[in-house]
Amino acid sequence: MTQESSAFPIDASTAGGGGIPPAAAVSSRLARKTRWNVGDFVFKHLTMLFALGVLSLVFLMGYEMYKGSELTMTKFGWNFLATSIWDPVQDEYGAFPLIFGTLLSSFIALLISLPLGLGVAIFLSELAPRWLERPFSFLVELLAAIPSIVYGLWGIFVLVPWLRLSVQPWLSSNFGYLPFFRGPAYGFGMLAAGLILSVMVLPIIASISRDVLQAIPSLQREAALGLGATRWESTRVILSSAKSGILGATLLGLGRAVGETMAVTMVIGNRSEISASLFSPAYSMASVIANEFAEASSSMYTSALIEIAFVLFVMTIVLNALARLIVWSVTRRFRT
Amino acid sequence: MRSIDLATNSERKVMEVHSGEPSPAVQTAPLAKMVAKNVDAFFGKTQALKSVSLEVATNRVLAIIGPSGCGKSTFLRCLNRMHEVASGTMKGSITLDGESITQIDEVNLRRRVGMVFQKPNPFPTMSIFDNVAAGLRFNGHHNRKHLAEVVERCLRQAALWDEVKDSLNKSGMSISGGQQQRLCIARTLAVSPEVVLMDEPASALDPLSTAKIEELIYELKQNYTIAIVTHNMQQAARVSDMTAFFYLGELIEIGETKRIFTTPDKRQTEDYITGRFG
Amino acid sequence: MMTTNEKLYLLWRKTKNNAMILFSLACILLALVPLVLIFSYTLIQGISALNLDFFIQMPKPVGETGGGMANAIVGTGILIGLGALFGLPVGIMAGIYLAEYGDNPFAGTVRFLADVLSGIPSIVVGVVAYVIVVLPMKHFSALAGGVALAILMIPTVTRTTEEMIRLVPHSFREAGLAIGIPRWKTTLRIILPTAMKGITTGILLAIARAAGETAPLLFTALGNRFWSTAIDQPIASLTVFIYDYSKAPFEDWIRQSWGAAFVLIALIFILSVIFRIVTRSRYAEH
Repeated sequence: MTQESSAFPIDASTAGGGGIPPAAAVSSRLARKTRWNVGDFVFKHLTMLFALGVLSLVFLMGYEMYKGSELTMTKFGWNFLATSIWDPVQDEYGAFPLIFGTLLSSFIALLISLPLGLGVAIFLSELAPRWLERPFSFLVELLAAIPSIVYGLWGIFVLVPWLRLSVQPWLSSNFGYLPFFRGPAYGFGMLAAGLILSVMVLPIIASISRDVLQAIPSLQREAALGLGATRWESTRVILSSAKSGILGATLLGLGRAVGETMAVTMVIGNRSEISASLFSPAYSMASVIANEFAEASSSMYTSALIEIAFVLFVMTIVLNALARLIVWSVTRRFRT
Repeated sequence: MRSIDLATNSERKVMEVHSGEPSPAVQTAPLAKMVAKNVDAFFGKTQALKSVSLEVATNRVLAIIGPSGCGKSTFLRCLNRMHEVASGTMKGSITLDGESITQIDEVNLRRRVGMVFQKPNPFPTMSIFDNVAAGLRFNGHHNRKHLAEVVERCLRQAALWDEVKDSLNKSGMSISGGQQQRLCIARTLAVSPEVVLMDEPASALDPLSTAKIEELIYELKQNYTIAIVTHNMQQAARVSDMTAFFYLGELIEIGETKRIFTTPDKRQTEDYITGRFG
Repeated sequence: MMTTNEKLYLLWRKTKNNAMILFSLACILLALVPLVLIFSYTLIQGISALNLDFFIQMPKPVGETGGGMANAIVGTGILIGLGALFGLPVGIMAGIYLAEYGDNPFAGTVRFLADVLSGIPSIVVGVVAYVIVVLPMKHFSALAGGVALAILMIPTVTRTTEEMIRLVPHSFREAGLAIGIPRWKTTLRIILPTAMKGITTGILLAIARAAGETAPLLFTALGNRFWSTAIDQPIASLTVFIYDYSKAPFEDWIRQSWGAAFVLIALIFILSVIFRIVTRSRYAEH
């Protein structure tokens, strides 16, 4: 045990108790170490209890949602996920278009934000000098801090009109022969949802990929550069080391995209349909819950919505768990 | 000026020692492969090298010795402009075959002046074969047969071929530390450099591997010019022809190895060699 | 020295290199475009709605212009207060456990699950709060909203607390133990106060994020056009205010929606900057 020199003078009077003769001070301190301390025991187990609470929270959530969706689980079984009818009046519920909407919008988001995010990560980690990297990293992280509702507001009043008036007509006239760009240009719809999601997912992929790249020891970069590689060739070598970490970042981004609610709800069009066209309105799992939960009139209706929440819950847990395992193993491997 | 005199003097001495008969490795008055003149190096505001002038003679081994922090690694890195990677700046001139290295494209320079690092650093996601071939691939050589030839040749030169010839597809990290370092040497040789810089190549290795590397250096000098930074004075005495002693960023003395270690000119050199400091 | 072929290939390699540099530069600039657009648009649209009335008045009936979001501001305050009430003790205590006693498999699992918890969509958390609070109570309430926000805060607070405590040098701990203070007192009286600055900023960050949540409140706290501070009743909030007003066909209401959005991101921006400054200096110290 180290002993601070003057700040905490060790002498008999401070050895907790006052009046203990010096000779006994040492032995009494030893005795205290080995003696079972009530305070320590209580404190340790009290904090452990709260930690246990956090752990059980996840299981509690799963359980409550599972229970809450009993009605529709028993009525529809697995068909719930495969059918397309969403009819609260008849109490017929099929979540397939919702799952489709969530997955397609997320896929579009990843398609855009993965290359962009990697480009940002490479810039921040490999190319930017330190004085430039810090403020830019902060700005990228700021993107992640903007609340979903503000993204949604901006989506309705800026993104959607832009899509309706400029982008979609242009796509229609130039690529209208493709099934993706058919139909009237509302502005609202799958394209808007995918685009706004890509902006929201970009900072996640960029920040985590940047962390992964920075964790790779510079010894590898030096090896490549010393061999006569260009900056880009050296980065390519680093990227292959960072592969699994970047995969983890992508999974986390996907997890965020899948669960994103307000921004998507405000621009996706809220129509439970499946269509190949990016111009058509769509619906996502999170959006249906946001729009309909408060007014769900029957218990079957509520159960259907809870079941959708449960599906989302399972999806994001799997994605997050996988991602964390991968990212942790990569950054830990290089930290030693 | 003085250092250049020393170089030519020592060459003459070497020739005298070998009783006038030039041995196969010694041509008459070998040229300087690289010449440094008044080199200053800075990392930000800190000056790491002060007015260093020396020559690296062709097909010779130059050992650079000195206590920690004396600038020897920095100087080595200036020779292939790797100091720029750590945001260092350099004043003065360094030439390779008479051409200033700042005029040569740094990618090309590093191919001609290769480097082996203190800690072996094979590319972890590549196999042994791919590691050695990496430099060639950067330069656009993709012909499988050509690559296989070069890989075998270099692994033989690095005295590693027999040990790995049956496991060329295994990961570069699957071999021992000493083998990894020889792999790095083979990788450096694959791009046919003219100069090989070694930054304490054996300090992270066990004595057996160290001995193997030292043997290697002796063999390599026939075809390459070598500059090696080392902490280990006995190693310097064993492998090098010339030795340069650095202290606090300055070149204190340079000369034929035998002379430096027996009758150094400067007091500081003598103190360091006899272990009085550092 | 170099053949023409070799020279050409080197040029090609350098071109590829420069292209990649340009590409990544373009990526970062492109990434920042939405940031600039959103901030500036919110500022421009929202600033016109900001006046004293906006902050202290109640919403006006449909059709009338003016009015404010006083109930929403207070509502958000109450919701965050409830969330902090339930979430902070859990997060801090769990964080202390992980930092002080956390080198065993159980702690590893807790850490892992806390991370997983942070990835669960807020709407799902809202559904859980509905099931465990709204259903038994048989109506929407601020309490339910508070519970949802608490669950959302816990992972951030736990992680920050653990990290900040771990940053306190071991010598502090040893000094306390060396003069005979029991371990738990050392933690509470010496370590925790030292880490408090960092923990507080972590808490502020968690609060900022909770303040920005909309989805979980839609069917827990629901929303309220009238003044209400009762915990067992629906309550207004800044975010739901923005949402409701954004759907309205009235120009004035949309302007107010932007105004509220501006207040929200200004708040979050300031807290993010503070958090960044504090954590940067902490890491720099060690």
